[in-house]
Amino acid sequence: MAKLSIHEWFVRKKKEDNRNTQQPQRLDIPDNLWVKCHQCNQAIYVKDLDANLKVCSKCDYHFRLSARERIRFTADEGTFEEINLNLKSTDFLEFSDSKPYSQRIEDAMIKSSLNEAVVTGKGKINNLPVTMGIMDFSFMGGSMGSVVGEKIARQIELSIESKIPAIIFTCSGGARMQEGIMSLMQMAKTSATLQRLREQGVPFVVVLTDPTTGGTTASFAMLGDVHIAEPGALIGFAGARVIEQNLRQKLPPGFQRSEFLLTHGMVDMVCHRKELRNTLSKLLSFFAG
Amino acid sequence: MAEKNDNNKNLLEFEKPLIELFKKIDELKKVTDIDMTEEIKMLNKRIETLRREIFSKITPIQIVKVARHIQRPTTLDYISLMFTDFIELHGDRNFSDDPALVGGIAKLNGRSVMVIGHQKGHTTKELLARNFGMANPEGYRKALRLMLLADRFNKPIISLVDTPGAYAGITAEERGQAEAIAKNLREMAALNVPFITVITGEGGSGGALGIGMGNKVLMLEFSVYSVISPEGCASILFRDATRAPEAAANSKLTANDLLEFGVIDEIIKEPVGGAHNDHDLAAKNIRAAITKQLDELLRLSPRELIANRYQKYRKMGIFTEG
Ligand SMILES: [Zn+2]
Repeated sequence: MAKLSIHEWFVRKKKEDNRNTQQPQRLDIPDNLWVKCHQCNQAIYVKDLDANLKVCSKCDYHFRLSARERIRFTADEGTFEEINLNLKSTDFLEFSDSKPYSQRIEDAMIKSSLNEAVVTGKGKINNLPVTMGIMDFSFMGGSMGSVVGEKIARQIELSIESKIPAIIFTCSGGARMQEGIMSLMQMAKTSATLQRLREQGVPFVVVLTDPTTGGTTASFAMLGDVHIAEPGALIGFAGARVIEQNLRQKLPPGFQRSEFLLTHGMVDMVCHRKELRNTLSKLLSFFAG
Repeated sequence: MAEKNDNNKNLLEFEKPLIELFKKIDELKKVTDIDMTEEIKMLNKRIETLRREIFSKITPIQIVKVARHIQRPTTLDYISLMFTDFIELHGDRNFSDDPALVGGIAKLNGRSVMVIGHQKGHTTKELLARNFGMANPEGYRKALRLMLLADRFNKPIISLVDTPGAYAGITAEERGQAEAIAKNLREMAALNVPFITVITGEGGSGGALGIGMGNKVLMLEFSVYSVISPEGCASILFRDATRAPEAAANSKLTANDLLEFGVIDEIIKEPVGGAHNDHDLAAKNIRAAITKQLDELLRLSPRELIANRYQKYRKMGIFTEG
């Protein structure tokens, strides 16, 4: 397969990268670049933002992270080894809306510098081994198709084989409609592997980040032994617009945000990003000790 | 069973060519001084022929309409036609009883089984009372309670799927709709007993899958199963809900499509013109299919049943690797 292209994209993309508006950029960005906080409109220097784990120092707004940033902020330096990076989605339904799905895949690869909406691998947090799955919203909204489901299933299987705890950072709009029923089946697949993980007594921690909705929430995202939510993250099953249309009423403020889920017993804690690594480390230490 | 076809009020848009024939029959029936039996028989034959012709060219969006037909048998209809000794069991022992998802113990050919399914209705009043078959978290939790009950006493489970989707509402979110479905998916993977799912009408996304992880998944000929409704798909991807026919065709939601993808194991034939034209025959066909599949599953040990189910779902997915 002519799959060298992923690496080519990385190189090519780095050059044309800086115009991406959604994702404030990382290390290779000039010092004088700044972004506006989505919440308080404060202008923040990109390198300051990065140094602050991409949290607004004024209002604590948590910017969405790319999978690579998440790894950099979470895993011990140099410990993360990616697995299964050669899986690629196919347009088996020949699905076309405003663009053919095959074209969307190609565009998403360029936009995100990733081969799919989740990066999986193993690494260490404070010297404790984990398998990690990190979803990335910039690849088709983090939607779950066959490849996302397969990579997560294989991550879980790696955890089962090696008896290493699994952590998944969710960030996903839900099932990938362009894969039809097969995207729905990924919910069954990932949940079935998590049943095995559970049976084997291997811990599973979910970090729910903004946004986590639909089929992702209704499968592995809600099956953790411990659920950690980042502050202010949108987490839910149904889309707010769908609910509003159904009920013909405005939704209460804070609906489907992390703090709402904490109040309703769906997550164990809402954790500031500055505390996240330390919290994960403590959890891993609990399970190990 | 032509007699049961004289329900022309329930004709779907694409069946409109039949209307004239039904009208003629109605007129002939009013004739009292001459015996019109033969004429009526002829007309009914023509209706059946024409109906077969129409249904042989049925499009995906037309199948969606049949699957949603208000006279289509509901789970409780099927239960009364297919099983004996049914006793409904209520409640999730946690919050409440969800009328949109029913279940209970029953006998199938004299064998004890647990049966669960989404419940719709045949009138607006019934549909409202059943929330149109859209279950709340407590519905999924009741279903899980009943599945685990069956598991403990080694009874096979039959689930009948017919829902537009899990309910989308404020309280459903508060009570953890996603968690309820997710937990069912995980627990269904661990059931030690034979588990057969039949998609009888609408297989609406996670709401369908939430009780649908059978060892065998069967589908009625004119039912549908999809990750999103054609209307939802059209309004999100095409930003135009009127393009639902295109979305229906695009998303491959018919029984034939799903059999091809290996998502389902068998298609169950429906009476001519759809299950709503003959509830008895539809139930008979489902019962025969379930009986055959169950006989095969009963040969497997609990461990084999779990492994069989695991393999079925583990291999779902189409991608390349290289
Ligand atoms: Zn701010």
